[in-house]
Amino acid sequence: MLKINDLHAGIEGKKILKGINLEVKPGEVHAIMGPNGSGKSTLASVIAGKEEFEIKKGNIELDGEDIEEMAPEERSHNGIFLSFQYPVEIPGVSVTNFIKTAINESRKAQGLEDMPANEMLKKIREKAELLEIDRKFLSRSLNEGFSGGEKKRNEIFQMAMLEPKLAILDETDSGLDIDALRIVANGVNKLRGSDNAIIVITHYQRLLDYIVPDFVHVLHDGKIVKSGGKELALELEEKGYDWVKQETVA
Amino acid sequence: MDLKDKLVSSFMAFEDGIDVNDPVHDIRSEAIKNFETKGFPSKKEEAWKYTSLNNLQKIDFSVFPKQESALEYKDIKKYFLHEIDTYKIVFVDGIYSSYLSETTHDGVDVCLMSSALTKPMYRQIIELYFNKIAKKEDSLTSLNTAFSKEGAYIYIPKNKAPRKPIQILHLATGNEASLMLQPRNLIIAEENAEVQVIERHQSLTSNEVFTNSVTEIFAAKDARVDYYKLQNDNANASLIDNTYIDQKDNSVVRVHTFSFGGKLTRNNLNYYQNGERIDSTLKGITILDGKQHVDHYTLVHHAQPNCESHQDYKGIYDGSSTGVFNGKILVDKIAQKTDAFQQNNNVLISDKATLNTKPQLEIFADDVKCSHGCTIGQLDEDALFYLQSRGIPKKEAGALLMYAFANNVLESVRIPELKARVNKLIANKLGVRLGFEL
Repeated sequence: MLKINDLHAGIEGKKILKGINLEVKPGEVHAIMGPNGSGKSTLASVIAGKEEFEIKKGNIELDGEDIEEMAPEERSHNGIFLSFQYPVEIPGVSVTNFIKTAINESRKAQGLEDMPANEMLKKIREKAELLEIDRKFLSRSLNEGFSGGEKKRNEIFQMAMLEPKLAILDETDSGLDIDALRIVANGVNKLRGSDNAIIVITHYQRLLDYIVPDFVHVLHDGKIVKSGGKELALELEEKGYDWVKQETVA
Repeated sequence: MDLKDKLVSSFMAFEDGIDVNDPVHDIRSEAIKNFETKGFPSKKEEAWKYTSLNNLQKIDFSVFPKQESALEYKDIKKYFLHEIDTYKIVFVDGIYSSYLSETTHDGVDVCLMSSALTKPMYRQIIELYFNKIAKKEDSLTSLNTAFSKEGAYIYIPKNKAPRKPIQILHLATGNEASLMLQPRNLIIAEENAEVQVIERHQSLTSNEVFTNSVTEIFAAKDARVDYYKLQNDNANASLIDNTYIDQKDNSVVRVHTFSFGGKLTRNNLNYYQNGERIDSTLKGITILDGKQHVDHYTLVHHAQPNCESHQDYKGIYDGSSTGVFNGKILVDKIAQKTDAFQQNNNVLISDKATLNTKPQLEIFADDVKCSHGCTIGQLDEDALFYLQSRGIPKKEAGALLMYAFANNVLESVRIPELKARVNKLIANKLGVRLGFEL
């Protein structure tokens, strides 16, 4: 599904990603872990198409097609979704109206008519239930005055509505208490399927207790320095990132 | 002959049509003298530094409306807030249209300035209020006063409120190649009275129209006045709006100015707080493109203690449009415990758009809270990326962000149908179809 080949990218002349190779197949969950500044969020932004980042070398393929030239909205229409670490506040636009706009813009790009209102409502209700979101929340302005937990839950709600092929969860666990974490993880798990894939980006192992990955990759200084199964996350938790850093040097 | 000379020499002809023995006429005569002395303001004056009236003065405007032109309601319906029932005072080329209007004398007076100025039953009120708060030294105000004859007259007695909002609509048919209009409005809310007014100037063709309007608003003790100005006129319509507000104890006056169109618009909005515990609210949304120009020139004069003012203007400028915000807050020495707030935020979408923003605070009291801030920026790249990553194309994403940026100004609009209308105008103005009804 996703294939990243020798990806080098940076911002304003500063090199951040220094040769990433990663392949994600349908049905898989990959975790990318690493210390602060290792390039985790940059990788997420580059896959989603943030324009400030420049790709110097290498490529990103989605279902065999190069996507580097695509605008962020085109990547979204092709099934990429990024759950933001810091979602943006949009006063005056309700959660419901925002998600309606997003869905209908995607449909428009695919040559489809707007989703009928009753179908939309049904879907919103269904997905809101999945994430234990109540109706009042949906009429609030997007992310405005939301708690950390509400913001993240709302990100996953959007993911549930948009049904992406590939979802990237960037530090979705940060700022969450244990109850919110459980609800969010539970929502994500219910969205797992044999034809979609998830990349979980996290600093801590905690989230991976709930969203169990098939693969764990450790990012350090812009490169994947170690890959393994879910047990690698536990090992990291125990030994700390210095262990990987030292091993890399050695 | 330039416009000033034309206007001054027209005054005699104007006198033929009115009662020159009326006391109001002395006021007019004084006013034309002042205009003759001062003329149109020029860019040399600090207050007019960024707005030039030179081009307007070169146009050969007809200064007297001829006869009433017949318009059908269905052709102009869209310019009304027609979703709700309202009183309507409608002028076509400056002449009152009884056919399109709905006035009342049922406990309140919602009618015509021409009646108020001439009928004996209104004499006392006119003597008390007419031209009392309008700035007599101001040349454009004087010009309007000199030719004051027609406009809206609204009088709400003590403890009363009209059953529905009032719309004042000035239509220009384009029957004249270029037309100058000078409406004069007087709005009086007596003690504990309440009124909501929506005002709109609309040219129906691309012919030149120049409106120099004066509105005096008097809010007595405990009165509440909401005044909404909807400015979305054609590309050759220019407006100078001179609004003067006199507030007494505990009164609340809120003016919302929505500037979405027109060639040149100047809003001179003046609040005089002549009482205590007054609330003055001034809000504006400006969205311009092309070569449009809007100049907001506000004054809040805190002349008594314990009063508040809230000022919030948002601007979005595209094309080679130009905007000006000059907000003056004057706090007299006795006006202790004043709480004055002023905010002006702007987004420049195009490199060619320009904006001049200038807060002007003159504070002579020592125990006051005054804050002001102005920003000029571009759209937030992170926010754009967030929306794009949800599949919303860049153009629509930008529009959505601008909508969000301007939206909080609408919170204080108390007529839901008007709020919905303004939202639609914003969406239209931003040129996108958003995926939901705004």
